[in-house]
Amino acid sequence: MTYYNEMYEGSQVRDPYARLSQWVETMPADFRQMKQAEAEALFRRIGITFAVYGEGGDPDRLIPFDMMPRVFEQAEWRKLERGIKQRARALNAFLRDVYGRAEIVRAGRIPARLVYQNEAYEKAVVGVVPPRGVYSHIIGIDLVRTAKDQFYVLEDNCRTPSGVSYMLENREIMMRMFPGLFRGNRIEPVDQYPDLLRRTLESVAPAKCHDRPTCVVLTPGHFNSAYYEHSFLANLMGVELVEGQDLFVDGEFVYMRTTQGPKRVDVIYRRIDDPFLDPLCFRPDSMLGVPGLMDVYRSGGVSICSAPGAGVADDKAIYTFVPEMVRFYLGEEPLLQNVQTWTLWKDDDYKYVMENLADLVVKEVHGSGGYGMLVGPKSTKDEIEAFRAKIQADPGNYIAQPTLALSTCPTFVAEGLAPRHVDLRPYCLCGDRIELVPGGLTRVALREGSLVVNSSQGGGVKDTWVLSE
Amino acid sequence: MLSRTAANLFWMGRHLERADTAARLLDVGQRITLLPNTASGYQNEWNSLLQASGSADLFAQKYGEISQENIEEFIFFDRENPSSVMSCIEKAREAGRIVRTALTSQVWDALNMAYQDLRQLERTPRDKLDTASLTDVTTSHTSTVRGAINATQLRNDGWHFMNLGYGLERADATARLLDVKYYVLLPRIEFVGSGLDTYQWQVILRALSAHRSYHWAYGGDITAGRVADFLILNGESPRSLITALYEAVWNLEGIAKRYGDTVPTNARDKAREVLGRLQAHDIDMIFDEGLHEFLTWFIGEIGTISTLVHEDYLLGGS
Repeated sequence: MTYYNEMYEGSQVRDPYARLSQWVETMPADFRQMKQAEAEALFRRIGITFAVYGEGGDPDRLIPFDMMPRVFEQAEWRKLERGIKQRARALNAFLRDVYGRAEIVRAGRIPARLVYQNEAYEKAVVGVVPPRGVYSHIIGIDLVRTAKDQFYVLEDNCRTPSGVSYMLENREIMMRMFPGLFRGNRIEPVDQYPDLLRRTLESVAPAKCHDRPTCVVLTPGHFNSAYYEHSFLANLMGVELVEGQDLFVDGEFVYMRTTQGPKRVDVIYRRIDDPFLDPLCFRPDSMLGVPGLMDVYRSGGVSICSAPGAGVADDKAIYTFVPEMVRFYLGEEPLLQNVQTWTLWKDDDYKYVMENLADLVVKEVHGSGGYGMLVGPKSTKDEIEAFRAKIQADPGNYIAQPTLALSTCPTFVAEGLAPRHVDLRPYCLCGDRIELVPGGLTRVALREGSLVVNSSQGGGVKDTWVLSE
Repeated sequence: MLSRTAANLFWMGRHLERADTAARLLDVGQRITLLPNTASGYQNEWNSLLQASGSADLFAQKYGEISQENIEEFIFFDRENPSSVMSCIEKAREAGRIVRTALTSQVWDALNMAYQDLRQLERTPRDKLDTASLTDVTTSHTSTVRGAINATQLRNDGWHFMNLGYGLERADATARLLDVKYYVLLPRIEFVGSGLDTYQWQVILRALSAHRSYHWAYGGDITAGRVADFLILNGESPRSLITALYEAVWNLEGIAKRYGDTVPTNARDKAREVLGRLQAHDIDMIFDEGLHEFLTWFIGEIGTISTLVHEDYLLGGS
């Protein structure tokens, strides 16, 4: 299989990479090791780690950072941006629909079973329309590239996509270490993201809120692996970072406990999952949530971002229908394509997949983090057979996709620059407007030949540039 | 400000000060072992230092024998000792991590560096470490954090809560150390001029990093009355009870002024009252009243103020 290397056109270095290529070539021999060590020290000092508790070893781990940026031209980006915004609108329209009259199900475009028997479908919020009809306020859309003009959406993340702090910090560190690169290239900034996020949250304040809305970030606590990100975003937005224990419900509103007594909260950007939000409504054993929160939410006393139940739009079974949503709700043709997907609960698909396991990627419908998946071409016969048995036990739990020829970007490895596979997660904000900053999180599979970019599986990150005109 | 945030800032301050105290105790102990071991008397010194940090029982249980290595391990690294330098820095750093949003990046940097460096020391074989450098590393880190707080933090309520933590902890630590050694300060005929008393007083001054400033402040010979005066009533001495309490009051005033009439001020009122009583004392009155009785009263009052701080601000009005 041949892979598209984003730096080259044939054997020529593409324009957007021209200066970078020069930069690498003129780099003194020991410069790179020195800078790599400096970057690592910066990350550790600032405390950008993802905490992994309970596995022994140092609880604070660094995600490997690759200093070679990934570059998009303005025109490439504009196209992606239009596609992402379109997809975000369709996903929110779908959510509004399935918690209302479910026209798309009535029209027979999506099987009722996939919606109503979906674990993420929350009966508790049927008929509740959040402010501006927005359910998912921050949508992370994972994209992969297979050719110069060919992008595919790998998955949508409508609940609480993480990683945006890496996008911001990667940039911060690059600017600090290589100011010359930024003077020489005209790179669109991304640091307005926290302001845009705050504005988005404020724009969906409940109707009962008459003053400037009080927003908070709700975290499961400092043992959570993404805690750094939670505190980072709260800090940059200038809002409080709260835990469930800091909030309480009194009458028709939610309050936080402050040194000056209770203070009303209007918008909650939650980074905890639905089942933990409110022990009175969902899991009764949850210590992370706020008892009574859902009552306040349903009566319009507080906004929750993303809205409870938003997860029904982003699992891998619903994913196959997103292009259909674009057509159904927006009357447009999808600008971004899905990866061809076989759903194993259909007999024909099942038969095809079982016959071609060695060529396909098989994933669990609700899996994430690169766990519970099979990459056919990279697996041994035994691994394939073991996975086959798992599929046979519960076909409905799996989907399959062709092995994509994921694009590569030049990446620093021990011997110098070498191509490594990448993906891209831009973050789309949905409130009174739909916006995204020019950039995103590029994840890179650091192991040679590996197609899995997840940080739990040996992935790293890169700064992602969008060049201005 | 979130009550939980204020609580973490308050305890961050307390734990940093406590780490500092522990490191200074270690330094003093180290000096004792450098002197010719004339009698088991020096072991008693160690023991009283352990008592001052409130951990003598734990030490006896876990290690039994008093030796340089055991003490160093216990006071510096042992995480089962809640007052060890490592425990305190770890708790301070954890509190800081929880309230990252309330700290400037310089303060966080300094705090995180302190933690990372100690972790590094922890992994170093013990025979490669010397006690003096352990103390130096700790006090230099705690000073850097304190400096970063003073140089970069907004003078808002969070700043007051942090400094309140520092102030109350310092008042408590000085009072406890004095209480453990109070009998040394009582004038006793048989010791006068024997050299032993002077030496013991020096130990106390050293434990509070006050032996040089004492000379600047008083000059001349070290006497029990002056040492006690310096550590209790002298407003120039940075670790005296009156200075530490004055700082606590000042911060509580700052909070009360900021929050206005709707928030209770019981902690402020109590702290004011205790400060007033301290100011009304001179050192002879304290000796007449009984030094131990006086210190017991004072430690109790600091505890009460701390409890009132929690009630006024840290429970969130519910």
